[in-house]
Amino acid sequence: MATRQQQQNAPLAPGTRAPDFRLHDTPDQTVAPSDFRGRPLILAFYPADWSPVCSDQMVLYQQVMPEFQKYDAQLLGISVDGVWCHLAFAKHRNIHFPLLADFEPKGDVSRAYEAYRRQDGVSERALFVLDRDGMIYWSYLSPVGVNPGADGILRALDAMARKVAS
Amino acid sequence: MNLTTWEARLTLPIIPGRDHIRGPLDAPVTLLEYGDYECPYCGLAHPITRVVQQEMGDMLRFVFRHFPVTTVHPYAELAAEAAEAAGAQRKFWAMHDLLYENQQQLDPPHLLANAEALGLDIKRFGSDLGRHVHEAKIREDFLSGVRSGVNGTPSFFINDVRHDAPWDFATLLTAVKQAAM
Repeated sequence: MATRQQQQNAPLAPGTRAPDFRLHDTPDQTVAPSDFRGRPLILAFYPADWSPVCSDQMVLYQQVMPEFQKYDAQLLGISVDGVWCHLAFAKHRNIHFPLLADFEPKGDVSRAYEAYRRQDGVSERALFVLDRDGMIYWSYLSPVGVNPGADGILRALDAMARKVAS
Repeated sequence: MNLTTWEARLTLPIIPGRDHIRGPLDAPVTLLEYGDYECPYCGLAHPITRVVQQEMGDMLRFVFRHFPVTTVHPYAELAAEAAEAAGAQRKFWAMHDLLYENQQQLDPPHLLANAEALGLDIKRFGSDLGRHVHEAKIREDFLSGVRSGVNGTPSFFINDVRHDAPWDFATLLTAVKQAAM
């Protein structure tokens, strides 16, 4: 029997063009990575609104938001939950960045980023940092039960800023 | 497979004078907590850290840094500022203990009552809180935690390396003892 670790995917690798998509973050509004072209973009795929680890992770990112903004970076959370679920979750936890619903067809975007857990029917806990041109600069797959924190994202943003400056 | 792996290590070294340290400065083991006074798990961890310190005696120095998650804990920031304001009057640890032992009472009137109970200069304490004198240091603590891989509270580091195992008394004490060997 395959172990949990072996069942994990390898997410789309650095140097790959990030697949574009358009998903709802509210019932009447959609968001696409290309909306933020020219700025670093952080994509945080996560398994489920309300789960303890996801809650801690998204709350942490909200708290770290001023740091992300220093890099002019935009953060998008993505799970297979629907928009109404996202809205209730965001309101309850004071989350103010967009949470996108990879809801229909379910998990399509997560699959495109190789960040979908087929056995569970939810997104992996995967992080991507995209550069200003929409190329994947850094990606990370966290064990599903572990909150990856924000240090990896900040390192990637640091390294990217240095590259742009040099 | 992880495309990038790293060991979570403390990025901001412990600096006497800047950091709050309980125990001998030259103790062979350092246990550092990133904590939030309004976080119930930190409240559970507090007596555990106290007993670990008692057990280890002079072998351990305990360091506390702030990691207030105000997104979900509206009183966490002001409580952290109260601890720092007490610290400015050499009563950091007394306030720290009071805050963790009374987590349901972190609103401004209770913070002032704590300050009075500790015999602090109330005018100075109130002024520190009102002008958010210690806000920058608390933010520096928080960011040092974020950069060091803190992903929630409480997060512990033993000799600069993040302690990823559980923090129940037996596990934490064993980990600290192993670091002393």
